[in-house]
Amino acid sequence: MVPTNYKYTKDHEWAKMDGKKVVMGVTDFAAKQLGDIVFVDMPQVGTKVEAGKTMGVIESVKTVSDLFSPVSGKIVARNDAIEGDPALVNQDPFGKGWLVEIELANPAEFDRLLSPKDYEDHVAHCGH
Amino acid sequence: MKKTPLSAVHEKLGGRMVEFAGFSMPVQYTGIIEEHTAVRTKAGLFDLFHMGEFWLTGPDALKNVQKVVTQDAEALSDRQIAYTPMCRPDGSIVDDLLVYRWNAEKFFLVVNASNMQKDFDWIKSQLSGNYEFEDHSEKTGLIAIQGPFAQEILQKLTRQNLKAIKFYWFTSGVVNGVNCIISRTGYTGEDGFELYFPAEKSEMMWNALMEAGKPLGLQPIGLGARDTLRLEARLMLYGNDIHDQTTPIEANLDWTVKFAKGPFNASDVLKKQKEGGTAKTLVGFEMGKGPAPRHGYAIFSGGKKVGEVTSGTMSPTLQKNIGLGYVPPSLKEIGKTFEIEIRGKMYPATVIQTPFYVRKKDK
Repeated sequence: MVPTNYKYTKDHEWAKMDGKKVVMGVTDFAAKQLGDIVFVDMPQVGTKVEAGKTMGVIESVKTVSDLFSPVSGKIVARNDAIEGDPALVNQDPFGKGWLVEIELANPAEFDRLLSPKDYEDHVAHCGH
Repeated sequence: MKKTPLSAVHEKLGGRMVEFAGFSMPVQYTGIIEEHTAVRTKAGLFDLFHMGEFWLTGPDALKNVQKVVTQDAEALSDRQIAYTPMCRPDGSIVDDLLVYRWNAEKFFLVVNASNMQKDFDWIKSQLSGNYEFEDHSEKTGLIAIQGPFAQEILQKLTRQNLKAIKFYWFTSGVVNGVNCIISRTGYTGEDGFELYFPAEKSEMMWNALMEAGKPLGLQPIGLGARDTLRLEARLMLYGNDIHDQTTPIEANLDWTVKFAKGPFNASDVLKKQKEGGTAKTLVGFEMGKGPAPRHGYAIFSGGKKVGEVTSGTMSPTLQKNIGLGYVPPSLKEIGKTFEIEIRGKMYPATVIQTPFYVRKKDK
């Protein structure tokens, strides 16, 4: 079960609206697929990001994967705890393992993201 | 994709299956770091059916082995094992393998899965005189048990006195009612054993070992942890650290090249390299916090590309980024620094002592 008050992308990221800002991270499905996460290369605060475009990298012991931005806007915060403890992403992907906060350029973009139900359908198609 | 006799067992155990050397193999069960730690602190079980096993027998067996590999099989005692590269005349490495000496007329060769056919063809093309050479890979099962509790667990299933088997020696014996080659070898940097037996016994052997090991924390281990374990111990991965374009001298495997035994494939080329030096040499390095080094990343020095990373990972035991790579000899000393390009950015790396991890000696 994914949190019902979040929205999702097909790239297995979640986004949570908080006023004009969006907090994002990767889903538990993504964290499990990646395996033990050892490093996350996140964009600096102030960086402009674009919906669906690469904004960083997430590394597990075995793999290197792109990190996509769910929405367009500007990075206003990043979760610095991840640098010291990247395993937070595996342990609590929807909570303490959040990655960055983005100030939305276009609020309508957020509404276009997948609903929890649509995302779960998407995962059901990816998984097996 | 080929299955190992244990593919179904791995799936049942929750293994995430991937293709490796044409076989469906588990890359991980619970997680690479957890599995890695289990082998370092308790014990782990590996399905290695995919490895290739050849028998070379007959009156000219020893002579042929001596020609093909760089190690000295004549200096081995019966029931002793050597890790050795096998070179073409130009010094390039066909594969690295284990040579088991039963006696001067009976050798058992264990080669990498990805090179099985290439090795068989190569060795065959080199043989002469009175010998028999057979590929038994399909009918040979291989399970490794590795870690500080490996001996204690395996001892529950055999009357063979395991303590008497020294590192890189083997014996034949009955384990769990099955005739096995019991070999004190492995690819993890830990103490442990590798068991060879008829492939159709794989499932009962696996289950018996799992059962015997459960109270001591034995876990099944996937390819992911196998790679991080071997890298910490600076054990070569063919295709990464050594390959068709490297020689044992470049890879710092000088200790496996026995010039004293007389001429063998590539002995002249390797001797020249040993005496005159090589243009590149394999070193171990560490990096600070940040992205992990990976196979294929470029190594820079003085603004120029001077080499390449061959293996790299975040080391679960040492909790830091480590790697191996080829650099010019001017950068090989411990403490030398260079840069590694990762996604367009340069990150500093420092040459350090290898193996990165050495286990504490047994009590």
